[in-house]
Amino acid sequence: MKSLRVMSKRRRREMQHKEVLRVCSKLLIPLIMLFALYVQFHGDFGPGGGFQAGVIFASAFILYALIFGVDVGMKVLSPGARRFFLAAGLLLYAGVGIVGMLLGGRYLNYSVLLQDPIAGQHLGILLIELGVGVTVAAAMITIFYVFANQDDSE
Amino acid sequence: MIFYALLTFMVVSALALLWLRNLFAVVMLSGSFSLNAAVLYVVMDAVDVAFTEAAVGAGIATVLMLGTLALTTSHEKADPGVSWPHLAVVVVVGAALIYGTLDMPRYGDPMAPIHQHVAPEYIERGPKQTGMPNVVTSILASYRGYDTLGEVTVVFTAAAGVLALIGRRRKKKNGVIKRTRSGERP
Amino acid sequence: MMDQFAGLYNYWIFIVLMMIGFYIVMAQHNLIKKVVGLNIFQVSVFIFYISMSKVEDGSAPIIAEGITVYSNPLPHVLILTAIVVGVATTALALALVVRIRDSYGSIEEDEIEAEERRREKHF
Repeated sequence: MKSLRVMSKRRRREMQHKEVLRVCSKLLIPLIMLFALYVQFHGDFGPGGGFQAGVIFASAFILYALIFGVDVGMKVLSPGARRFFLAAGLLLYAGVGIVGMLLGGRYLNYSVLLQDPIAGQHLGILLIELGVGVTVAAAMITIFYVFANQDDSE
Repeated sequence: MIFYALLTFMVVSALALLWLRNLFAVVMLSGSFSLNAAVLYVVMDAVDVAFTEAAVGAGIATVLMLGTLALTTSHEKADPGVSWPHLAVVVVVGAALIYGTLDMPRYGDPMAPIHQHVAPEYIERGPKQTGMPNVVTSILASYRGYDTLGEVTVVFTAAAGVLALIGRRRKKKNGVIKRTRSGERP
Repeated sequence: MMDQFAGLYNYWIFIVLMMIGFYIVMAQHNLIKKVVGLNIFQVSVFIFYISMSKVEDGSAPIIAEGITVYSNPLPHVLILTAIVVGVATTALALALVVRIRDSYGSIEEDEIEAEERRREKHF
């Protein structure tokens, strides 16, 4: 029974020779992350938003773990940090709704967040899309790492 | 025209999925099936949905299925053959559904009931009330914020469920698989 | 006769896709194949929703000058979130498959049932 983890160890030794793959992925990963941020913050004007950005951001981590090995990838984002972001995004979303309530509006009404209702809507949508992106990215990274890191290497 | 070509290609892919026995091929083909669906969404003007499907269905889902194959097995055992009772159920249900479509509005009909209700209001008022040209984002985040909050909660819960099910690393002892307390920590 | 059904072919193809997915879920014994079948079923519902939102000569629902007809954005929102939720639940299903394989040593439904019967007799 071969697991991804065992494969990744053997592959890491092979990878030492596969310079092209390593260099290309190192070039690609920052671009993927930059594109994810663009999709995240440009979602108001073009296609995109938190859901897509979260998945694209996660795919950068998945590519890193596939090329350099899952245990190396785990060091970039520890399990504790992943769980923190998993909850933080959802709490940010729900928190924006509660702040709106405290400011005298209804739950998840962003118009009251700032003086100008349209600016308030902008701020609210920016924050909740950020919450969506963080939770989706953390969820996808968590799920992938759990699947890829099943076996204890004895 | 391209619409119908894509639809036909999807049916061919789905039938091939039914016949293939090599699970690796099944997973790769289901990835291409998703990509095909994404192209179809672009043809039907749903750019946001196409974007999501291409990233999620063709990307992440395929990687996860490959991960599962690495943990289980990549070949299906025997061909179960055609199961006639199930085929009969499928044909009857399919025929009933096709009979139901006869009353459906035609494809692209601007007078269909779905376009008469809240959608024109969203398109008209969305940019004015939220200041955003992308109506999909304004509905997703503002008008239907509750809905999206629920969906994000489902994603959170699913990730928590995966952690609860297989979050602990397994150890093989005398052929019996055990999961240790040490969790997924390296 | 043909005119009467024009504009309905797309629905029929979704139904065919849905029924292929349905058949895979019911009749195939391999659990991973069942998950793939569930995905086909899911995608057919997604395309059904999106095809309802299409307006002839419409454009993607991003407001721009010079465009007056837009497709219906509401189904887009519903399906966009459903896709992400779909992959999260697929991951949960795959995690269950991994656990089943750990406990029963197989991902074929009939073998799992045989193992279940064997264990029942044992205890």
